[in-house]
Amino acid sequence: MAEMHAPLVKVAGLSRYFDVSAPWLNRVLDGQPRLILKAVDGLDFEINRGETLALVGESGCGKSTVARLVVGLYRPSAGSIVFDGVDMAGLGGRAEMAPIRRRLQMIFQDPFASLNPRWRVSAIVSEPIRAFRLLDDERLIVERVGQLLRQVGLSPVDGEKYPHEFSGGQRQRISIARALSSQPEFLVCDEPTSALDVSVQAQILNLMKDLQRQLGLTYLFISHNLAVVRHIADRVGVMYLGRLAELGPAKNLFALPRHPYTRMLLDTIPDLEMTGRQRTPVAGEVPNPINPPTGCAFHPRCPFANDRCRSERPVPKLNDTGSTTACHAVEEGRLPAGPLPVAA
Amino acid sequence: MALLEVEHLRIEFPTRRGTLLAVDDVSFSLQEGEVLGVVGESGAGKSLTGNAIIGLLEPPGRIAAGEIRLNGRRIDNLPYEEMRKIRGKQIGAVFQDPLTSLNPLYSVGQQLIETIQTHTEMTPTQARTRAIELLAEVGIPGAERRVDHYPHQFSGGMRQRVVIALAICVNPRLIIADEPTTALDVSIQAQIIALLKRLCRDHGTAIMLITHDMGVIAETADRVAVMYAGRVAEIGPVRSVIKEAKHPYSHGLMGSIPKIGDSKERLEQIEGSMPRLTEIPPGCAFNPRCPRAFDRCRVERPDLMPAGDTLASCWLYAHG
Repeated sequence: MAEMHAPLVKVAGLSRYFDVSAPWLNRVLDGQPRLILKAVDGLDFEINRGETLALVGESGCGKSTVARLVVGLYRPSAGSIVFDGVDMAGLGGRAEMAPIRRRLQMIFQDPFASLNPRWRVSAIVSEPIRAFRLLDDERLIVERVGQLLRQVGLSPVDGEKYPHEFSGGQRQRISIARALSSQPEFLVCDEPTSALDVSVQAQILNLMKDLQRQLGLTYLFISHNLAVVRHIADRVGVMYLGRLAELGPAKNLFALPRHPYTRMLLDTIPDLEMTGRQRTPVAGEVPNPINPPTGCAFHPRCPFANDRCRSERPVPKLNDTGSTTACHAVEEGRLPAGPLPVAA
Repeated sequence: MALLEVEHLRIEFPTRRGTLLAVDDVSFSLQEGEVLGVVGESGAGKSLTGNAIIGLLEPPGRIAAGEIRLNGRRIDNLPYEEMRKIRGKQIGAVFQDPLTSLNPLYSVGQQLIETIQTHTEMTPTQARTRAIELLAEVGIPGAERRVDHYPHQFSGGMRQRVVIALAICVNPRLIIADEPTTALDVSIQAQIIALLKRLCRDHGTAIMLITHDMGVIAETADRVAVMYAGRVAEIGPVRSVIKEAKHPYSHGLMGSIPKIGDSKERLEQIEGSMPRLTEIPPGCAFNPRCPRAFDRCRVERPDLMPAGDTLASCWLYAHG
């Protein structure tokens, strides 16, 4: 048994490559090489008990792949995922996975696609209870489902209904009830509020925070929305092309961002405070991950890139704000600490 | 005179189980060169209002009452062919998903040239030159080469630029932009917002910007209309609505948005959800969720009335 203060999840050198080559015959006939997409490329992070780690980034940065790796939906190409002292990559079949699976659950983005439309809500919510044989008395299961539905702000009679009778926000509550039914310690949430309207998003975020406090849950929260992440996370990792650009306590990361990419992302958020601040739109787009830039993946868009950035891949280093930053310019101290100059 | 005037617009959907009222007595106007933001949650009727203005309401939806006037001319009752001439020439449109707004079988140049030649007398060569100019204007690098590319060869952000080029190709006075940045990443979203603002300034084009993203509105719009259950809850200068919303709904909506600069433990939340179109309550549509509702709200429907700098449809601001 691992100690209580050890991190619940420890990820080291985690990578996942996808083979996106043309079919074998085409490759042979046209002389095409194999194409490997490095969706996640050497990630290290830890998640402590009871905290929320958020991963942010633009589409294609590999954040959803990380979520799927951590719950075991994908197998890593390299690296390890240690959950409470057990390396999940080393586990063999379903039987070995089952005790771990019960302790981690996932909430998906689209509450319309993640609930079976032909099942009653009670059957959906009780499925993990039955699958892991947590309760065998039917009466106890019904009672537990009612309790779970109340816990997420629905009513026990809603168990008799079908998913289509609920709005998007209510469906996401059902997803949360289902995830909680196996009494997990760790929830992986992949964009849980992206499909919801803002007022509904506020309800779900508040619910998730309440549940975390009541049940001592640990969250891995995947999102593209920096403001949502600022609100929910204790620590934040900013991903770019399958790598972590910067990882640190949410407060410091947003107040004192060091990596040029983090600064640019923060700069692009539409300003609700209406300070009339001049925004500097990030030039360019995320490059193709099949053929990522050499050295630091961000260098083609970075106003501070030099020859070293173009050839040598930066390693994450702890900086003065308590964040780890993978950037040569930060490490060498040639990055101004103040606001960014306008990108060319 | 206002460029666009919408008065008492009412959009209905006849169904087997009765008529649904999706947009109910909506009025607003838009001046030359002005950006009006329209916000609201899904189902509030904001896209339907935009579609009604460009004459693209999907049947069985129909305009049941009210008037839409462009430059003083009524356009909501024009025959199809007449409306087709206005669409594109006087009103441009930018939709959410740039992939479905472009025809995958034609190069972007062909699509631009077709639109230009439909509305002007240009020769094919002139139209092609104009197409390249437009692509360069919306910030597509290597426009001479890119003009012969097909939509699938562009990234999402670049495709949205092409759609914007299509919308502005014959200098319309008004652009209806329905969630133009929703499908895009934040860094690309900032580029597209900057582009729309620049076009609006350079050409004096008015934009009706429909979105659920308050941040985009704050950055772009001059005035904002907040819609709820098919009605306008509040309309006014963007700064007033964002900083000191008067209507309890817009106030709650603003509070529910997480902000980078604050570390509140809990977000303000509006209890419940927007009513279905079949279950809109009598009186003010927001009254069952409103923390400040009183008897009058439950029986009598409020019209827009002055509340500070804005107009709010809320009995809290009734005088006397």
